[in-house]
Amino acid sequence: MSIAVATGLYGVSFGALSVASGLTVLQTSALSLLLFSGGSQFAFIGVIAGGGSPVAAAGAAALLGIRNAVYGMQLNALIHPRGWRRFAAAQVTIDESLATSTGQTEPIEQKRGFWVAGLGIFLLWNAFTLLGALAGDSIGDPKQWGLDGAAVAAFLGLLWPRLRSREAGAVAAVCALATVLAVPLVPPGLPILVAAIVAGAIGWFGSRNGPEGEGLEPDVDPYRDAPAAPGAAGMAGVS
Amino acid sequence: MSLWFWILVACVLAFLTKLLGYLVPRKWLTNPRIARVAGTLTIGLLASLTVANTVAAGQALSLDSRVGALVAAAIALWLRAPFLVVVIAGAAAAAGLRMLGLP
Repeated sequence: MSIAVATGLYGVSFGALSVASGLTVLQTSALSLLLFSGGSQFAFIGVIAGGGSPVAAAGAAALLGIRNAVYGMQLNALIHPRGWRRFAAAQVTIDESLATSTGQTEPIEQKRGFWVAGLGIFLLWNAFTLLGALAGDSIGDPKQWGLDGAAVAAFLGLLWPRLRSREAGAVAAVCALATVLAVPLVPPGLPILVAAIVAGAIGWFGSRNGPEGEGLEPDVDPYRDAPAAPGAAGMAGVS
Repeated sequence: MSLWFWILVACVLAFLTKLLGYLVPRKWLTNPRIARVAGTLTIGLLASLTVANTVAAGQALSLDSRVGALVAAAIALWLRAPFLVVVIAGAAAAAGLRMLGLP
């Protein structure tokens, strides 16, 4: 229930911000229906809002979605979808459906949790992004309402629950610095891809001597360190 | 039309990425190095998007009302506010500072 409310509110924010960034209502709904990964959708409109090219926007969205491949592998081992269900399962493979599924202990409950969370959030997310997009379409100048500030807050809100370790914080800091340095040097949108290269290099070449579970792996329960906080599900969002 | 094209490209790439997890041999993605890269990419991109949306104005750096939005959002997150409250705090801070005359 709290996940449903959180998803609804999160969807409204995405819809309104997407329209403010210059996408049409139809384009906004297309992202929610077909892309269906909150973090990637926010990345796409974030690049567009900053004056970046659609190519850079698609690149940022694709890179941010890479963790979903790791989720898919874990879920495949848990729920073994067959035939067409495999394609349906792939589409609803997101942070929340993984978390709901891995939060159960019985295999039958893991399956049920995955499908209920995945399909339920899919319906809510699409309904509420449409609502947000229609509302955003009718309010006029987005800057007057501080919607550019809302976008900043949304990205920080997506990042925050992932900063569980010192190393995660260090990666975030280095990539933030790389972005600031790159902004004057390359066209809008590309600083984000520069930061992605830096982040990828840290992950690829970084020390692997540390203990497991440094908080970097994407394949952990996003809600693990946020027990009992009713808002925590919303902060993780459909990312 | 170009925007539509790249929207659809992003959608196709996102779906294929998800599907990949269901199709490739398990050992590929259990490689700790791949898992690490997926993790650092997620964190790095979100940090970069946060900063770019705060200080970038085209190719210039600009400190304006959006910095206030960042601070307000951080305070809200610190207080464990739900996502929408965080977003509204950011919007209210930016709109408020702009009303006070900041760019």
